[in-house]
Order: sequence, then C-alpha cells, then structure tokens
Amino acid sequence: MIPELGHYALVLALALGIVQAVAPLIGALQRDTALMRLATSTAIMQFVFVALSFAALTACYVTSDFSVVNVIENSHSMMPLIYKFTSVWGNHEGSMLLWVLILAMFGASVAAFGGNLPTTLKANVLAVQSWIACTFYLFILLTSNPFLRVAQPPFEGRDLNPILQDIGLAVHPPLLYLGYVGFSISFSFAIAALIEGRIDAAWARWVRPWTLAAWMFLTVGIAMGSYWAYYELGWGGFWFWDPVENASLMPWIAGTALLHSAVVMEKRNALKVWTLLLAILAFSLSLIGTFLVRSGVLTSVHTFASDPSRGVFILMILIFFIGGGLALFAWRAPLLKQGGLFAPVSREGALVFNNLFLTTACLTVFVGTLYPLALEAVTGEKISVGAPFFNLTFGPLFIPLMFVMPFGPLLAWKRGDVLGVAQRLMAAFAIGLIAIAASFAAMGMSSVLAPFGIGLAFYVMAGSLVDLVERTGLFRMPMATVRARAAGLPRSVWGTALAHFGMAVTLLGIVCATTWGEERIVALKQGQSVTLSGYDLRFDGMVQRTGPNFRELAATFTAGSGGVAIGAMEPSKRSFVARNSSTSEAALLTRGFSQLYLSLGDVNEDGSVAIRVYFKPLVLLIWLGSLVMALGGALSLSDRRLRVGAPKPAKKSAAKPSTLQPAE
Amino acid sequence: MTLWLALALMTAAAIFAVLWPLGRRTAAAGGSDIAVYRDQLDEIARDRTSGLIGEAEAEAAKVEVSRRLIGAADVADADKSASGRSPLWRRRATAIAGLVLLPVGTTALYLAIGSPQLPGQPLAARMAAVQQDRSLQTLIGQVEAHLERNPNDARGYEVIAPVYLRLGRFSDAVNARRKLLALSGETAERQADLGEALAAAGNGVITVEAKAAFERALVLDPADLKAKFFIGVAAEQDGDKPKAAAIWTGMLKDAPPDAPWAPVVRESLVRVGVTPPSPTAPPIAGMAAPSASDVAAASGMSEQDRGDMIRGMVARLADRLKEDGNDLEGWQRLLRAYMVLGDRDKATAAAGDAKKALAGNPDKLRQIGDTIKSMGL
Repeated sequence: MIPELGHYALVLALALGIVQAVAPLIGALQRDTALMRLATSTAIMQFVFVALSFAALTACYVTSDFSVVNVIENSHSMMPLIYKFTSVWGNHEGSMLLWVLILAMFGASVAAFGGNLPTTLKANVLAVQSWIACTFYLFILLTSNPFLRVAQPPFEGRDLNPILQDIGLAVHPPLLYLGYVGFSISFSFAIAALIEGRIDAAWARWVRPWTLAAWMFLTVGIAMGSYWAYYELGWGGFWFWDPVENASLMPWIAGTALLHSAVVMEKRNALKVWTLLLAILAFSLSLIGTFLVRSGVLTSVHTFASDPSRGVFILMILIFFIGGGLALFAWRAPLLKQGGLFAPVSREGALVFNNLFLTTACLTVFVGTLYPLALEAVTGEKISVGAPFFNLTFGPLFIPLMFVMPFGPLLAWKRGDVLGVAQRLMAAFAIGLIAIAASFAAMGMSSVLAPFGIGLAFYVMAGSLVDLVERTGLFRMPMATVRARAAGLPRSVWGTALAHFGMAVTLLGIVCATTWGEERIVALKQGQSVTLSGYDLRFDGMVQRTGPNFRELAATFTAGSGGVAIGAMEPSKRSFVARNSSTSEAALLTRGFSQLYLSLGDVNEDGSVAIRVYFKPLVLLIWLGSLVMALGGALSLSDRRLRVGAPKPAKKSAAKPSTLQPAE
Repeated sequence: MTLWLALALMTAAAIFAVLWPLGRRTAAAGGSDIAVYRDQLDEIARDRTSGLIGEAEAEAAKVEVSRRLIGAADVADADKSASGRSPLWRRRATAIAGLVLLPVGTTALYLAIGSPQLPGQPLAARMAAVQQDRSLQTLIGQVEAHLERNPNDARGYEVIAPVYLRLGRFSDAVNARRKLLALSGETAERQADLGEALAAAGNGVITVEAKAAFERALVLDPADLKAKFFIGVAAEQDGDKPKAAAIWTGMLKDAPPDAPWAPVVRESLVRVGVTPPSPTAPPIAGMAAPSASDVAAASGMSEQDRGDMIRGMVARLADRLKEDGNDLEGWQRLLRAYMVLGDRDKATAAAGDAKKALAGNPDKLRQIGDTIKSMGL
C-alpha cells in the first residue's frame, strides 16, 4: 500500500501545483485577494504531499520492498541502513523526487515566512514557483517514475552503485540540491517582478535571504562533492573540471555575482535590470546543471542515469524556463524604471567590477563545458577541454578579482578613494609580501608562481580583516569599547569579512596542494617501505575482510616520521557481489592541515602490491575555506538589521560632504 | 479497501487546501515596501548614534531613503483603491474546479499510471511468508543469502554443491567445491568431488583441470573410488582403452560383492570391449551410481541410449545459451557438438545465433568467427 500512497501523493501535488500555477496569477492580475490567498495554502499542502511521497519511497527502500522497480534497481536487502536511506536519491528517479521535494519546501517556506511581502508579489512568486514544480512533477510521473511496480518481486535487489555507497554521497546531493533549487526562488522573484512590471530597492531585500541561503548550501555542497571525489575516486585530485563539477560551479559563480549586485540594488536602487538578469541566469545555470547531470548528454563518473528520451523532456523544460525567462526579460525589462547612477570608483563600482569578472569567469566555464558538447553534436568531432584550458582562462580572471576583493568593503558608497583605501591596506600588502618572501625562502625556486599565489592569499586574508579591525577599533581602543563595537557591528559585516577570508583560505590550500604535493607510484612487498616528503610508509600485510554487502581486501601500512610511528593507514579494495564491481577506498592520514593519501592498486603475482602515495600539503584548507565562506553566509543571513545606502566614507572624504550628493 | 480510504482522505485534504482560503472573509494582510524603507530610516538613525556614519552622510542617506518612501506610498495608495474585490462568481468557479476537476483529474491520472491492485511487499514480510512455503528454489535462495553473509561457512557449501550439480548449475557447483576445499582443507573425497563437478561442467569431458583434481585425490588416498573410476574414464577418452580396462577391472576385483557402483563399472568395461568378472550378486536395478554425473550415467548405457543422452545434453546446452548468450566457450562447444553429431544445419543456425548473441563483445565475436571458419561453416 505504501508505494501506492506515495505515488498518489505525487499526483495530488501535481494537481495542487496546477491550481497554484493559475489561480494566484489571475488573482494578482485582478487584485482578487481570495485567489491570491490560495497560493499560500496550496503551496504548503503541496509540500506536505511531496514530503509524503518522498517518505513513502524512503519506506520502500528501508523495508526493501522489491515490488518497486526503483528499489530493485538500486538497493540490496543487506546494505547498511544508512545506504538504504541514501540510495533513495542515489539514482535518477529518486534524486528527481528529492529535487521537487526541495522545490516544494522552498515554495512552502515563502508561503509560510513571506508575510512581509506585498500580496501581489507573493502570489506571483508562488505561482511562478509552481510552474517550475508542475513541469518537474510531470517529468517525474511521465518519464522517471520511481513508483513503478512489478507483480512478481525478485528476492534480491541489484544493489546501489558501489561508488555511491559512501557517507559523502549521503550528504552531498541534498546540499547541492538545496543550492540549485534555492535559486529557483530568486528566479521566481525575478519573473514575478517582470510580470508586475515593478521593481525597486525593497525587492532586493526580500530576495536576499533566499539567495544567500541557496548560495550557502551550494558552497557547502560543492565542497563536499569535491572532498568526496578526492577520497572516493582514488585519484588524489580535488577538482577535475569535470562537466558535472562545472555544472555546479556555474550557478555558484552566478549566485555570487547576484548576491553582490543585489547589495547595490538594495542600498542604491541601481543595477536593477542587471540583478534581475543574474537571478534568471543563476537558476538557468542550475537547471543546466541538472540537465547536464541527468540527460545522458554527458557521461562521467557522476552520471547515474542516461536515457535520451528523458533528455528531450528536460531539454524542453530548459527551453521553456530559460528561453521563456529571458524572453520575458527582453520584453519587460526596458519598461522598468531605471535606477541611480554612480561613479566608477566607489563601493558600487567595486561591486560592478566583481560582477564583470565573475560573469566572465562563469562564461569561460560555460564555454569550456558546453563547446565540446556542441561541437560533438554538430560535427561529430570529439575534443576534450580539460584543466589546461580552465587554468589559463579561469585562473587569470580570479587573480584580479582576488586582488580587488579587500578594496570593496573598504570603499565608500557613491564615491570612494582608492588611494585612501590602499593606505589602509598597507598592513595587508606587507603581510602578503612577507608571505611571498617566506615561501621563496622555504621552498626555493621550485615554483616561481606559487609564492605569489600564497602572497595573494595572505594579503586577502589580512585585507578582509582590516575592515573589522578598523570598525571595532582593535589595537586603538580599550578592550571594553572594542567588544561593545564588535557586538554592535551588523552581522553582515562579519559575514562579508568571513566569506572573503574563507575564499583566501581556499586559495591557499589550492596553491599549496597543487604545487608542493608529492606523488609516488611504487610496488611494495611485505615489510618494504617507501619514503615521501619525510614520511615513511611500511607495508605490513594484507587482510581479507567481509563487510555487510561487500568483501574487502585491505592492506595495512604504518606511517612514520623520522623513525617514530605516527599512525596506521589501511587502504582497501572492496568488491561488491551484487553488481560485480569494486571500489577502491583510499586511506587518509591527517597531519595538521596536510594529508598523506594512500590508494591501493593491483596485487602482483609475486605478492607485492602497487600503491599510489600522495602528500598533499595544506589540502584540508581547500574545504575548510569553503566552510568558512558558508559560515560567513550564515552570519550574513542571521543579520536582521537592514543594510542601508548610508555613505560610509574613508576618513579623508568624510571631510568633503559636497561629494555625497545623491547621484540620481 | 484501506488503500482507497487513505487515497480518499488525501484527496479531501487537497480539496480543503483549495476551498479554505476561498471561504475566509478577512482581507489579505500583506507586507509592503513602505515597511522596508521605514526600517532603513531607523537603521540610519541607529548607525548615527553608534557612530558608524557621520552627520552629513546620515542626512544625505535619509533624503535618499525618504524619496523612495514617498514613491512607495504613492504606489500603495493606488494599489489600495484597486484591491480587495473578489467577486463571488470567480470564487465559485475556483471552488468548483477544486471540488470536481481536482479529484477527477488526479484519479484519472493515477489509474492510468498507478498500480493500486499490487500490495506492498516489504522483504521481511515476504521472508516470513516463505518460511511456511519451502520450495527447493527458496531453500537454495536462503542458503545463498546465508553464504553471502557468511562466505566462510564451509557447511553451507557442502550442502549446496550437490544440489547445484543435480540442477545442472555446474559452474556454481565448481565454485562451491573450490570454496569448500579452500575452507576446510584438502581431502581425497573433496578433490574427487571437485573433479566430478569440473567434468560435468565440461559436458562429461575429463578436462585437464578435472584430471588434475582426480590425480590429486589419488595422491591423498590411492583407494578413492570416485577418483579411480574417473581416471579410467579419462584414459578411455584419451583412447587408452587397455589402461581404462585395467583400472576398472582392478576396482571390481577389490570390490565387495554388493558394491552399489559395481554395475556401472561393469558396463564401462563392456564399452571398452572387456568382459567383466562375473558378479557375485546381481546388480540392483535403479541403484545409484557412485556419481550422479552424466558421464557415469552415460557410460552405463547402450549405444542408442548414449546417443540420446548426448543429444539431450546438447539440447540443454543450446537452451542455456538461448538464455545467457554471453558464453563464448559454450557456443564453441555447441558448434563442435553439432558437427560431431553430423547435424550441419543446426550447426549453421547455431553459428548465426552465436554471432548475434556475442555482437556486443567484439573480442568474443572475433573468436567465435574464427571457430566457425575453422569448421568450414
């Protein structure tokens, strides 16, 4: 009965979705309060039904109900319980259900917590949100139905793809989806504004928390995904410029740009049309992310479903929402009232600079990801665009961006003073230079560029703290005053500083891990050892073990440094019987922020075993930085106070009130 | 029945979500951007008192925000005069849509794609049901599941190996025998059983591997009957009839008069053209041979019966390949068998089937192509 309840709940959600997609639109047009109110109740009820549907599918997985095709294909009665839960979304159909669950959850949140929105805007937003939801309900019910049944259930399922049987998968797709789908709210707000033909500074404030939440989840989701790839795929890399990774990176960059431009819109009532466009683009790129992953157009390690007929359906959804959204934008945007103007050197100017570079970076990733696909589709020629392309295009775009980053928060609104800011950043410059000198001294000329990267990272870290130091009066005032001032600072200021700091931490990790990492591939016999970056690894022997639904061949190693044992490492190969496939589990040994990485190769006939050892200096900083970034977002999200377009000039320009006339 | 009741309740909840807001009389209490700009003005005042911004900047910002506030108030006035109407007919139309179209639509769609007639079948409940209805297949399934969980349980393999052999799942039988050897150590009997399974998997041919197993068994226990007998079969298949006859005669000589396997050995001796020593007791009809393998059975048959037996084996092989066509060696064996039986038409047909079945695997396809060519088909 349970699978059928879930199935019917999804059908009901579709029906409510259709009501919600039509009635509130008419209501907003006719200013009919009853119809507009309909949006709230249907949005909440829709979420209840999708949640019920998802719970039903989960129940099927947990109880191994093999009368459900989806469960047969992706589960095994002997999997550990945690993977019975995660395999719900470890496959195409289930993950689409998770997608709409999150979509409905965001819709219900707007319905429940959007009391401060004007009624027409709220009705329109929820209607647009429901358009998106309806197309995906249809997509699921017609082409990817997880509730299809068989009358004669088999006794055992085919098991979850072993590569996905990992705790990383348990957390990473839901987070990623929270991010992707979160941008749907920004999109709905943008479309609603275009439908109403009205947009002003308040709009940016309403949309900000949703964008911020989506951005946070996406940040953590990407970081988790990258860490998962790092330890599960056994290649020791953390970012492969794989199309699926790029697909998650693009909405992140667009979302970052959107966050920054929305600030300008909120404080200065400027960049309105641009912000709308970014909101549409961020979600469009999220949809493309979904499309790239699921359509089967791309094949990579991440793709767990490939079916061209679904691809066509998703392509139609893409064309409808992206094409429709952009067409509506082209038609309605010129009718919107334009916002204010501003001088190039100002906080607004810095944010525009940020937006320019971010969108260009996003475009390079877009081209690098989609051009090979398009070329193959048109001419049949296969080219591969890999790391070299992205390192040469994406890298140089991020360097100036990072360099200017500390300037932004220090510049005044309306008219800033670059030289003044540069003077305040003197300490940060100095720290950066010291870092460069120190890394040359420590590492020699082994890499000419890397020390500059490290210098840049330290400069940004210091620079993002300058604003905090100045505004709390640290080093200048008594501690009590500093504490009082720190408490009085808007949370968003802390958020900005933390997010920028986190970005620099990530940069530091990337530079160190890629430049000074060491790699060895050797074959060891029992008792032999290998030395790498000052660490000794001794091969102690092999053990055969049995897991719940796999068998494991584990090799035990003792890691030592300077003759002292510091820990055991146990890389293994697991073979999964049901799928007749195997995974390799790398062993990681953390030393501070650095890691030793050991992955097992083949066992040779003479009893020796091939291993790959990496030393990754400061590699953990990459993900730690991302967490700090997300924490900054969370702090900013918790800021209930409003950020107003109050000029916050540099000390020098404060003496010239004449420069502070409104620019519009 | 419970299912339909639950579906009806869910539908009612959905309809309620549509009807409820239509019935309420209170006006919508929406927020407006005026509140946001008021907040912004307050924020400026707060920043001013905490010293975050200067007097002049605060003034300028206040002017700017006030201007937005006035604009928003104008729009709000215009809105107010236009809003609040909700004509009865529109609400009625919506209510009817919710009451009629929604349940009809959902039911129609659900009946088209759902399977209300199928009950849920959680595995635990099914297992409980199976306990009462133990068929051979589920027993095998349970032993297999048990072995999956405890792959080192020798007893399980001991139980399942003869069952596999009887069911014709020869390769499974071989694997089980090998496992058993690895787990419980080597004995003559286990080696001989492995050899038997290997021979069965080779459709009765004592392959090199099988022969090695029998020889190993004889090293461990020179008196092992099964191994002795099959070594004899191997000799016969190698064309060394005198050697086979010597082995078998030796076996009969040492045998107790009522040995259950004696008739089979005697038949084998007849086959290689040797008169067996006369039995001290008449063979008991239907008595089981020392092995259940097809080889042993076939060796005790007349020429005619043996031909039928072989044809039966070939047919079984053909059936298996029809189901699982990915077995290159199986196809090769089948083709050779047809050629040996002189059934050229069937061989040609099988060659076509083999090519079709192996089309997905270029490497195997090439090999089967070679085989076909070498047979001149």
